[in-house]
Amino acid sequence: MALRQEINQLIAANALSKATRCLAQLWREDAGPATAAFIISRYEQLRQHLPLASSRLFILRSFTIEPAVPLVRAMAFVHGTELSVEVGGFNAYAQEILEPTSRLYRFAPELVILAVQTRDVAPDLWDGYTNGTSTDHDAVVERVVISFRNWIQAFRSHSQAHLIVHTLEVPLFASQGVLDSQLENGQVAAIQRINQAIQRVTTEHHGVYILDYDALVARHGRLRWHDERKWLAMRMPIAADNLIHLADEWSRYIQPLTGKVCKVLVTDLDNTLWGGVIGEDGIDGIKIGLEYPGAAYHALQRVMLDFYHRGILLAVCSKNNLTDAMAVLENHPGMVLRPQHFAAWRINWNDKVHNLREIADELNVGIDALAFIDDNPVEREQVRTALPEVTVIDLVADNPMAYARTLRATPVFERLVLSAEDRERGHYYVEQRQRVELERNAPSLEDFYYSLQQEVEIVPVTPATCPRVAQLTQKTNQFNLTTRRYSEQQIREITTSSTWNVCGVRVKDRFGDNGLVGVVITRDKDTMCEIDTFLLSCRVIGRTVETAVLSWIAEHARARGRRQLQGWFLPTKKNTPAKEFYSAHGFRIATEQDNETLWVLDLEEVAIAYPQWITVTQIKGECD
Amino acid sequence: MNSTVFHHVQRIAADVFAVPVNHITLNSSPATIESWDSLQHLNLVLALEEELGVQFAPEEIEQLLSVESITTLLDQKLHASDRTL
Repeated sequence: MALRQEINQLIAANALSKATRCLAQLWREDAGPATAAFIISRYEQLRQHLPLASSRLFILRSFTIEPAVPLVRAMAFVHGTELSVEVGGFNAYAQEILEPTSRLYRFAPELVILAVQTRDVAPDLWDGYTNGTSTDHDAVVERVVISFRNWIQAFRSHSQAHLIVHTLEVPLFASQGVLDSQLENGQVAAIQRINQAIQRVTTEHHGVYILDYDALVARHGRLRWHDERKWLAMRMPIAADNLIHLADEWSRYIQPLTGKVCKVLVTDLDNTLWGGVIGEDGIDGIKIGLEYPGAAYHALQRVMLDFYHRGILLAVCSKNNLTDAMAVLENHPGMVLRPQHFAAWRINWNDKVHNLREIADELNVGIDALAFIDDNPVEREQVRTALPEVTVIDLVADNPMAYARTLRATPVFERLVLSAEDRERGHYYVEQRQRVELERNAPSLEDFYYSLQQEVEIVPVTPATCPRVAQLTQKTNQFNLTTRRYSEQQIREITTSSTWNVCGVRVKDRFGDNGLVGVVITRDKDTMCEIDTFLLSCRVIGRTVETAVLSWIAEHARARGRRQLQGWFLPTKKNTPAKEFYSAHGFRIATEQDNETLWVLDLEEVAIAYPQWITVTQIKGECD
Repeated sequence: MNSTVFHHVQRIAADVFAVPVNHITLNSSPATIESWDSLQHLNLVLALEEELGVQFAPEEIEQLLSVESITTLLDQKLHASDRTL
């Protein structure tokens, strides 16, 4: 109550950032239907003054799902997104999917959820199970799978939105009791077969994802998930206190799909990564390992290692003596994480706000890409106040055993696709740290470039590389001359054109393979070759790779008979590193409008020399 | 009439219907609160259940069409289960 009053006063006094911080706190402390309504109404008053992203969600359903809508909207507001939600007609999901002019498609959603219950779509496998024979049950399984296949195909032919499909739940008790589990083809097995088949269908389509509804119900307890009376009276099957869990689960999909994810997890050390304080308890006194109570911290580190393999960078921010902390990271036998898992660390006595800013700079990410965990509520509050863009995760200090599951439940670490680069990202940053050390030791910049032994490969777009190429256009903000975003579908379309060329750029050096880190898209028009897209991941910029790639573009444009090379520089908040790129390579300004500049190079007069310390190889294929 | 129970109902109803707390009185009903429609009625019931740890039967839900009747019924339910808020 007090917090609600404070929020009203802050809004009246126009103290917006404090008001949104308090709204987030209210949601953390008391998430539920009443709080959701309060939060939505306050955000609706504030929305034109806040930098909110926006997104549109349509929910196709076979049951009363409206009460979950305020919960998911409040959650999205707190995470900085204004989510417009429309719910399809009751049990009208099939017509809405199949009819191209239905309300679903007219709403033009970016996200769609298909939430259908077993008892609605397959009543013969629910209450009516024992009425049928095994042949009947097989026929039902086949019919339901075909329906889902048709719905998903029809949806994809009418919409490019992301589709999240709920799986079917199994009953609380099987109709045949424990006998069901003894049969090769029981009731539960039949429902599971449908789910497996739906899962296979979703992998055939781009942007279709499975939400394991049955696992969600099981996680929160099948016995207390439902409210049978409300199901019978108002077709509302989920008990009031479980609606929040459904909204939470949706949020784990909505956040990665709307780009609200964190790239870096920054962790404290004492009483977070291990139990105790290294400076007081010493390396033999801290708690970390497979025994209680060290097991709680061991489990937390295991989650972080899973995140590392998911492409999330790990970093340390701790008030400690560096040598004490490094001794644990390097030598303590109970540790899961070692120095090679951390992309950066700030272990010193500076304040954490300053250190977090430095970590973001060092890793070349925005401050909003950081998530922060710390057992100390004072540190968390300081970071929340000074750096509201950082995702601060609350750990309940008196229950370290819950740390691991708190982290696993945090939606900002969810990913719905994982490229080979994502899996290797952790290595890249550690190699990057070694490169920086080499640069410090090299006598001149040229010596440093030679010592890197860089190899650039220009690679074609293939089914294997297409997702990564599209992902780079979506995610690269800094060294990106035009910041044009392309979907996989669009990239595939461009590759079939005779005047367009799309290539990936792969970079290797003595420390390892950086993977696919660049994209070039060019388009020939008469005597002109226009650079539509030129981007490189910040992992490789500033090492003359950009010059090598531009030389290659110029050489090949000339070989195709083009006389000029041109390209736009379209400024954004983040792409200043690319601003001087064309002028530094001899391009002239041809057109200037607003802040946008078109640069031209006469290929007959000017050549761009390849840097001598880089070898450039073109891998043949569909490209060029 | 238990005033603690009323204050809980008042706050939850104000949240759900997005009106100031002092607009909710014992006499508030769908006739006096513009946003109290059938969907918001369901949301109110679910919010009361979730926050106060009670459950309403379908026939009760149909009869809860004023803050006074909600408060009275909640009072009875809490009394029957020997609970206070």
